[in-house]
Amino acid sequence: MSRHPVEAFRALFEPRGVVVAGVSSHPGKFGFVSLHNILASGYEGTLYGTAREAGEVLGVPILDSIDALPDGEIDLVFVCTPAGANPGLLRACAAKGIRAAFIASAGYGEAGEEGQRMQAGLVELADELGMLVAGPNGQGVVSPPARLCAQIVAPYPPAGRIGIASQSGNFISSFMNYAVQTGVGVSRAVSAGNAAQVSIPDYLDFYADDAATGVALAYVEGVPDGRAFFDRTRAVAARKPLVLVKGGATAGGQRAAASHTGSLASDDRVFDGMCRQAGITRAATIEEAYEAAATFATQPLPKGPRTVVLTTAGGWGVVTADAIARSSLELTALPDDLRAALDEKLPPRWSRNNPVDLAGAETRDTIPEVMELIVGHPDVDAVIYLGLGIQSNQAALMRGGPFYPDHGLERIVDFHERQDARYATTAAELSERFDKPVLTATELAITHPDNAGPAAVRASGRLCYPSANRAVTALDHLWRRARHLAVR
Amino acid sequence: MPTLSEADSKALLATHGVAFPPERKVPTADAAAAAAEQVGLPVVVKLGGDGIAHKTERGLVRLNLADVEAVRAAAAELLAAARPDDGEVHLLVAPMQRGNRELIAGLHHDEQFGMTVMLGVGGVLAEAVADVTFRLVPITETDAAEMIDDLATQRLLGDFRGEPAVDRGALAAVLLGLSRASEADPSIVAADLNPLIVVDGAPVAVDALVEVAR
Repeated sequence: MSRHPVEAFRALFEPRGVVVAGVSSHPGKFGFVSLHNILASGYEGTLYGTAREAGEVLGVPILDSIDALPDGEIDLVFVCTPAGANPGLLRACAAKGIRAAFIASAGYGEAGEEGQRMQAGLVELADELGMLVAGPNGQGVVSPPARLCAQIVAPYPPAGRIGIASQSGNFISSFMNYAVQTGVGVSRAVSAGNAAQVSIPDYLDFYADDAATGVALAYVEGVPDGRAFFDRTRAVAARKPLVLVKGGATAGGQRAAASHTGSLASDDRVFDGMCRQAGITRAATIEEAYEAAATFATQPLPKGPRTVVLTTAGGWGVVTADAIARSSLELTALPDDLRAALDEKLPPRWSRNNPVDLAGAETRDTIPEVMELIVGHPDVDAVIYLGLGIQSNQAALMRGGPFYPDHGLERIVDFHERQDARYATTAAELSERFDKPVLTATELAITHPDNAGPAAVRASGRLCYPSANRAVTALDHLWRRARHLAVR
Repeated sequence: MPTLSEADSKALLATHGVAFPPERKVPTADAAAAAAEQVGLPVVVKLGGDGIAHKTERGLVRLNLADVEAVRAAAAELLAAARPDDGEVHLLVAPMQRGNRELIAGLHHDEQFGMTVMLGVGGVLAEAVADVTFRLVPITETDAAEMIDDLATQRLLGDFRGEPAVDRGALAAVLLGLSRASEADPSIVAADLNPLIVVDGAPVAVDALVEVAR
C-alpha cells in the first residue's frame, strides 16, 4: 500500500552505510551533533561526511563532494545542508546508489510560500529519483537494532519492539526518554517532519510488516486525507497493535495545532469513532500512549476481562478496584476453588475475595505460591500485582543507616532484596508460562528505580507501572484490542 | 443544500432498510380524519412539504389527537398555517408513539473523514448531555453494536421506568440502514432521525429529514 518499496525503508532504518551531508566542526551545529550521535550509538556501518572543505571530524572522513563517495556502500544520506543546496545533493546521492534520505534542514513547507514551493519540488525530485525522502524539517531517524541514532537531538534508547512515528519530533524524544527510563525499548523511531513525501501511515505500514517491530506508536495532529488514513491505519491495526495520540482533540488544542502543523480539525468524536472502527488504540496522553505500547510490546493479550488484583496492602487494592470498575475490565469474583486453595496458603485474616489482600500475612514463599495459584487459574484472564519493593525499600534504609552491616542487617538486607527480585521474576515467568498478562505496579519504579523490585521487573524486559491506575489503563487498552480482534 | 420533505425522507431511507411506523400522507382535513381511524387513535398530525424543514419550530406538529374531530380541527389549522413559499403541502397522519426515552441517529458529513453514521441520546437535554458516537460509512453489524456500547448513558438502554431494555438488534438495524442509504446514494449529505422514540423497547423513528446535494 505504501508508495515506497520495503527496500527503501530498509535503507532508512538499516543502512549499510551513512553519509552526513553538511558536517560542521562546531559542536553546536546539527551537522556536528548528528555525526556525533551516529558515532556515540556505536553505528557499525560505513560512515562518511561531506562539507565545503574535505578533512576529518570526530575521526570520520569528510569529503568535499558526494561524487567522491565510494559507489554502492552507502544507503542513507542525513541532510543538514540548506534547502537550496539539496536538489543537487540528492541527484548526486542517487547516482551513488543511495536509496533513502533524511532531511533535517528547515526552510520548506513551514517557511511560507517559497518554502512550500521548495517542498513541492523536493517531492517531485524524490519521486523522479525513486528515493525515499523523510522529513524535511525533522529531528532524525533512530534504529537500535542497527545501532543507528541519526538525529539532531538525544536520546538513544535501548533496543526493543516499539516502532515510533511522529508528526512532532519532540514527542519522538519524549517516547524515547520513557524507553530510557523504563528499559522497554524501541525498534525504530522517525520524526516525520513536514511529512512531504513519506507520511505517518507510510511508516506505520512498514512497521506492520517489520519483524523488529511488535507494536506501532504514533503521534498525529492533522490527517490531510481522512479516508486514506482510516483505510491504511485499519490495515496496520489488523496486523499489529497501533497506539495513537492525537494532538488537537479540543478547541484550544485545535487552534494550537493549526499554527503548529497547519492541521485542520475534525469533530474529535468522529476521530474517536474512526479509531474504534479501525482498531486503533487511542491514548489520551503521551505517557499513557507509551505505557500502552510498552504493554503491548511485553505482555500477552488477555483472553478475557476477568482481572484479579494481588496486593500486600488493603488501600492499594481498594483504589485499584475503583479503577477497574471504571474500565472495560472486570474485577472478577474469586472462583470457589481458588479461594479454597488460597485458604490453604494464607492465615484467616486475608481478604478472601478480589482484590486478594494478603494483609501482611506473607512468609518466605507466600507471594510466589499465591501468584502461581491465581495466574494459573482458568477463570482468571489477567493479574495486577501490587506491593513489590516494600521490603527492599526498608533494606535501602538499613543499608544507608548507621548500624549496617551489624546486628544482622547485612543478612536481612540481602534477604529482602532477593525476595523482591524473586517476586518480579516470578510475575514475568508465570505470565509467560500461562500466556496471561501479569502487570506489576509500584511508585517505587520512579521514586526509587534502583530498588531491587522495579529493577528486577526492568531486567525481565517488562514495564514496572508507576501506579496501579496506570497499570489498569494499560491493561484496559490490551483487553479492548483483544475484544476488537475477537469479534472481527 | 435542499432538504427532502419528511415523507420523501422516510421513503428514501426506508428503501435502504430503515423501518418507520405506518403513516398516511393525505391532502385534506377530512382525509386526515379518515386516515386517523385507519392507523389507530391517538395520532399525530403534521404539515409536510418540500419547503418545510422545521416543523416543530413553526408549530406544524400536533401531538396526541384522541378523536377524529380533534384530528379534523388540527388538520384544518395546519393547512391554514401553510405559507406561500412552502409550495405544495400535505398532511401526515401517524399513530402517536409514547416512550420515556429518546435517541437520535443520522448521517453527517465530516470535512476530513467524509460520511459518518451518528447515534446519540436524544430529547430536550440532548445537546447538553452530548452523549453521541460516530463511525465512518460503511459500518458493519459489529460496528453498529459497538456504537450502542459506546453511549455513556448505558443505564438508559436497560430496563427503564417500567419499560423494557432497548432492543439493540433493532437499533443496530437503524444504523445499518442509514449506512446503506449513504453508500447507495452519494447525493445524501445529511440525515436525521430525531427523535427515535423508544416504544416498549423498540426504537421508532417518528421524524426524518434528509439533506441532498443537487
